[in-house]
Amino acid sequence: MDLMTVLQVLDSTVRLATPLLLACLAGLFSERAGIFDIGLEGKMLAAAFFSAAVASLTGSVWLGLSAGIGASLVLSGIHGLASITFRGNQLISGVAINFLAAGMTVLIAEDWFSQGGRTPSLFGGGRFEGITLPFAEALRGVPVIGPIYYELISGHSILVYVGFLTVPLTWWILFRTRFGLRLRAVGENPAAVDTAGVSVVGLRFAAVAICGVLCGIAGAYLATGLQAGFVKDMTAGRGFIALAALIFAKWRPWYALYSCLLFGLLQAVALRYQSIEVGGLVIPVQFMDALPYILTVVILAGFVGKAIPPRAGGEPYVKER
Amino acid sequence: MDRMPGWADAILVPLISLLLAAFLSALVIIGIGESPVAAFKLMVDGALMRSAGWGYTLYYATNFIFTGLAVAVAFHARMFNIGGEGQAMIGGLGVALVCLYIPWPHWSLALLGSAVGASLFGAAWALIPAYLQAKRGSHIVITTIMFNFIAAALLNYVLVNVLRPVGAMDPATAKFPDATHLPTFQDMFSTAADPMFRGAPANVTFFLAVIACVLVWLLIWRTRLGYEIRALGHSEPAARYAGISPVRTVVIAMLISGGLAGLMSVNTTQGEAERLILNSIEGAGFIGIAVALMGRNHPLGVFLAAILFGFLYQGGAELALWTTIPRELIVVIQALVILFTGALDNMVRMPLERIFLSFRRRKS
Repeated sequence: MDLMTVLQVLDSTVRLATPLLLACLAGLFSERAGIFDIGLEGKMLAAAFFSAAVASLTGSVWLGLSAGIGASLVLSGIHGLASITFRGNQLISGVAINFLAAGMTVLIAEDWFSQGGRTPSLFGGGRFEGITLPFAEALRGVPVIGPIYYELISGHSILVYVGFLTVPLTWWILFRTRFGLRLRAVGENPAAVDTAGVSVVGLRFAAVAICGVLCGIAGAYLATGLQAGFVKDMTAGRGFIALAALIFAKWRPWYALYSCLLFGLLQAVALRYQSIEVGGLVIPVQFMDALPYILTVVILAGFVGKAIPPRAGGEPYVKER
Repeated sequence: MDRMPGWADAILVPLISLLLAAFLSALVIIGIGESPVAAFKLMVDGALMRSAGWGYTLYYATNFIFTGLAVAVAFHARMFNIGGEGQAMIGGLGVALVCLYIPWPHWSLALLGSAVGASLFGAAWALIPAYLQAKRGSHIVITTIMFNFIAAALLNYVLVNVLRPVGAMDPATAKFPDATHLPTFQDMFSTAADPMFRGAPANVTFFLAVIACVLVWLLIWRTRLGYEIRALGHSEPAARYAGISPVRTVVIAMLISGGLAGLMSVNTTQGEAERLILNSIEGAGFIGIAVALMGRNHPLGVFLAAILFGFLYQGGAELALWTTIPRELIVVIQALVILFTGALDNMVRMPLERIFLSFRRRKS
């Protein structure tokens, strides 16, 4: 493998890791506040559809992005209503949201576009095009650093950079602001937060809303950046890989970046090579597909560095009995 | 605090949730420019008015009974088994191996053999998540979700690289031998003068599902093990104090759950396709969640809810055939049922409890 091949694989790793990363950080906010969210998949899917649909109807990808975030926020609202206001089962609510998105996107796509559950292909202003960073062309001739800068770092759409910048931002919010401290506290011990006179319900709704916004960006990137348009079930389990990455990262932002890059790399390699031979042993592509899930189960099993979720996760908070 | 009577909890709450889901689905149908009344009539006509329609309805219902029971048994131990999909997939592998590699003399023996194979494989797929939950505290919902994806990858690998006949293009096993083919309702109930269930896939597995309902009822409410499962589900400390081993009970409950989910593959794989194909489950594992929630985890409730979802499935296929409403409408209805009976349960329950409470106060 020469440098160019490596760079191409890494380049597609970055592209494929971005939706995982955004969804993973979305889940991070929600679960750190004590709201389990297995509806990441559904929110991304809804956002992917509405961003592509609005972008194709209006020709503006920015309107598409806002529509995607809006759709994701609506689902977040349902999740919040079910799991915070009515103290229902958060996992069941997440399952319902996934199905709601899977069904509604195809239903509406069929009604609006009649193209078998897809949106028309996006082009021009309807897509997020790659951005050439400054000096990328000029530095291209410089050996090693030039190609790395040109191929790997430059030339992605704006949402990729947004995704990567969200990592330090998330870290800063969670660990350096008052809001972040309270948010983490509400996921560990809501009663203490309540005693301090801070609204548990308010904090949790805020976390769920942030989760909705980030899932919305993730879904919009899928349909308007990574691909040009929406197709049925296009998230293809990415929400669950993001969930796996979140556990793999043990609910910490920087580790979330590394685990999403790892899972992105696995996807990129599986996309490029059908099977890989390592010393006479052929690794089938299906194994590459399953590897993120297998790794997550291993981490969950606690044989290699146990993953401990936020203590109040999944428990609805009851103020008084 | 006083609660409402048992009948209201068992019948009224699911019924109101169902009505809410139906109302919202009707709004969706209006939204895409069709008439909900006409759509409902079409569904009833297609699914319930002809014996062939019933044949499809009961075929789907058979799948949902198994997966619904699987979720319900796990719920009794307060485990949320979301992995019915994967367990059913691997159960299908068990059915295929039993049917392909054992020379069965008669379908009845083959049915027994494949039922054993399906439940063993399904249970085996639930074993690791169950053990990890019981021993290491790994959240069963996450592990079973992961195992669904691992199962899909494994099945894909086995079908493409191992079980696919030489020269065949699609990822599927060879056709099962004739002796393993199960009698369909058409074979059983048709006479020369009066053909019934023509072309419908419902088969003898339906009766297996009914038996499974009875057995699960006996297990949960009439055996020591069932008592232990329920006790653990109500309160783990109390169960532990009573000498019930949580590890053992969780693992056994999950094995039964996985076995039941695996059994649905007898219906799809041996009963209908007569070979193992890649997507034979088609989401039935997840519908089990809706069925169990709606049926209040009681076998009779699961049976009725499964028939309802069988009707929705067959009716939805009719809608997709004759109108512009795509099949995905059923996914939406399913989502709404899960949402209202599962997650938003309190939204329906709290006002009802208040009404009953005010009635009681007036009486006294």
